[in-house]
Amino acid sequence: MEILETVFVRNSLVVAFAVVGLTIWISYFLANKLTKGRIHGSAIAIALGLLAAYFGGKATGGSTGVADITLLGGIGLMGGGMMRDFAIVATAFGVKLSELKKAGLAGVVSIFAGVIVSFVVGAVVAVLYGYTDPVAVTTIGAGAVTYIVGPVTGSALGADSDIIALSVAAGLIKSILVMIGTPLVAKTIGLNNPQSAMVFGGLMGTTSGVAAGLAATDPKLVPYGAMTATFYTGVGCLLGPSILFFIVNAIL
Amino acid sequence: MIIYGVALLSACLILGMLIGEALGVALGVQANVGGVGIAMLFLVLSSNSGKFKALVEGASGTGIQFWSAMYIPIVVAMAARQNVIAAFEGGMLAVVAGVAAVLVSFALVPVISKIGNSDTSSQESQ
Repeated sequence: MEILETVFVRNSLVVAFAVVGLTIWISYFLANKLTKGRIHGSAIAIALGLLAAYFGGKATGGSTGVADITLLGGIGLMGGGMMRDFAIVATAFGVKLSELKKAGLAGVVSIFAGVIVSFVVGAVVAVLYGYTDPVAVTTIGAGAVTYIVGPVTGSALGADSDIIALSVAAGLIKSILVMIGTPLVAKTIGLNNPQSAMVFGGLMGTTSGVAAGLAATDPKLVPYGAMTATFYTGVGCLLGPSILFFIVNAIL
Repeated sequence: MIIYGVALLSACLILGMLIGEALGVALGVQANVGGVGIAMLFLVLSSNSGKFKALVEGASGTGIQFWSAMYIPIVVAMAARQNVIAAFEGGMLAVVAGVAAVLVSFALVPVISKIGNSDTSSQESQ
């Protein structure tokens, strides 16, 4: 057992490659055999990943899912921000500049519309649940934007830590739902071309959610959605503690 | 050489991140503003321009394609390290806020895509 642990910990990233490879193999097997290819193999793999993260978190009490399990620590590096961003940028290889230009305006509109709409929805829900303090309402609304905008806005406004935790939870729910829900609604919302993918990225904004959701829908759309999504959190952090807070403060 | 492509990809990411960080500081925001998106633009520009041919064609190009193909496995690993427990510990308010935000945003995708489309079609008809 000790030998196993030594080898696994010393080679954590290599272990992660093997484990993720096995997970994807199982997922594609299930996708082909059980659903006859109706559900994308990567959608199943992402769902399995989230399920594993749940049990990993339950077992260890940590905050990084499976990566808190000593033998699987490499998952943390492989699935961390650095590798994610590196791979996302690589997907832009082969993208045509003309496609980006065509959706440029709609892409920019979608970023601002996405931040404001998610904020308003989150803030309204907070009010319906009985919150009247403008700082709390703004922080929860910002959490519905992304789980980064929530705490950034909350700490800028001096919100209580339980409100900030609530805003992070709302953002995480959003991110997970986008991961799982995107392939299910893709057809209904016309998500099948570069333009709508850019609008989708701008509206959803959660980089993790968009990255996984588009991967499970059509990998060709990933670079377009990811490009707009990466501006969303920045815009959210800009608007949250400033204009959006002033508006909430004026209304309540 | 494969490393040339990988190095170009790395240079694009680092440059994009630096600009994104600087934008964040300039705007007084505690976040990287579009670093990854800017890096992607650099990669698109350099792979479309003739000047960087040696870095994006042949073996060098496969160095970039490898990381592009590693994207889905990396996303699966990313899913496996999410704080799923915390997402549900927030209680009903967090769930309702998150779900409602996603549903409304989904519904807006065809609406805003149409704005873009009618824009291009009106330009075409002019």
